[in-house]
Amino acid sequence: MLLLLLGIILLHVAGLVLLFVSTIVSVWTTGETTTSDLWLNCTAAIDGYHCNPATSGEWIQAVQAVMILSIIFSCLSLFLFFCQLFTLQKGGRFFLTGTFQILASLFVMSGAIIYTVMSPQWVPGSDNFGYSYILAWVAFPLALISGLIYVILRKRE
Amino acid sequence: FAAKTKLTSIIRYYSMPEQSQAIMIYTGWERHALVGGDVRLSCSFFSWRWTSEEVTFSWTYRPDGARDSISIFHYTGGVAYVDNKGPFRDRLEFVGNPGRRDGSILIKNLDYNDNVGRPSSVRLLVFEKVPIQAGVITGAIIGVVLGLLVLIVVIYYLMRFLVARRVFSLSVSKHGKKKKEGSQQRQGPVPAADPSKVKAAASEKKKQESRKDKK
Repeated sequence: MLLLLLGIILLHVAGLVLLFVSTIVSVWTTGETTTSDLWLNCTAAIDGYHCNPATSGEWIQAVQAVMILSIIFSCLSLFLFFCQLFTLQKGGRFFLTGTFQILASLFVMSGAIIYTVMSPQWVPGSDNFGYSYILAWVAFPLALISGLIYVILRKRE
Repeated sequence: FAAKTKLTSIIRYYSMPEQSQAIMIYTGWERHALVGGDVRLSCSFFSWRWTSEEVTFSWTYRPDGARDSISIFHYTGGVAYVDNKGPFRDRLEFVGNPGRRDGSILIKNLDYNDNVGRPSSVRLLVFEKVPIQAGVITGAIIGVVLGLLVLIVVIYYLMRFLVARRVFSLSVSKHGKKKKEGSQQRQGPVPAADPSKVKAAASEKKKQESRKDKK
């Protein structure tokens, strides 16, 4: 029982860490001399890196918002899990926790999809997707599975 | 041939009939090449907004000590105009692809005389609408979603309070409210302590139903 609990928490925290890394580090595309993130577009110059903020563009701001929302919802769901752990009746289900976690996974998915669809218009075609983009796509199924586990799980003892 | 182009990022708002705005550009910096060889001056530009092939950009050349700069290459309206009078006539070739944000040019058959001058920075003019400020849409989306969340929570607690009051007025005994989620600013989770199990089961069922309705 304790092992199950630890496993569930570990899964949740892993997804949360992936979300944080993907949003903050956010090396979403890389090229030879440029890296393009959700927040900055950097290019390597002779005197270091020149970075410019993403000042315009509606869709990139939507991706930013959705990634931040997914982090918020995942944190809320972790907090709610601990609250429900102590207040739930025997046999009750962690519906609220699961709902928040599934919502967080949906947000990550929509953010990654928006970025995938829009990125040919933002970066040169020769650039590749960076690791933060991949982390976002990995965080989506992790959060989804974690949320489903919460919905199915029943409180014992 | 030491072409040292400045790495510039220019944001300029013009008050023209078509509001134009330059977008970020990145050009290569110092380039070294042998006499008689070729050199490619790369220039890629970046914009969060969708750009089409109808951008306008030009490479200008200003030799050391000269006051005027001449345009050695101009691209507008989908057509590239290569200069045929300046120092790079017949040696300039456009190898970029504006549809893919690449405005590079190739200078062939370099002469030692090319060492004298250096091309100036690249200026890029794109005719677009004035963009929305950074963070406006981000903040709006986050605010709306969190606001909806708070609204749902408030409505839920309000309904529970109303239902409890109605139930409370019917029954005589008092009992502490059993909290199922402690996510608000109350004192932390309180264990269940209601004496009548029937009432607890009824309110429990109502809560589960209301939560299922919301999903």
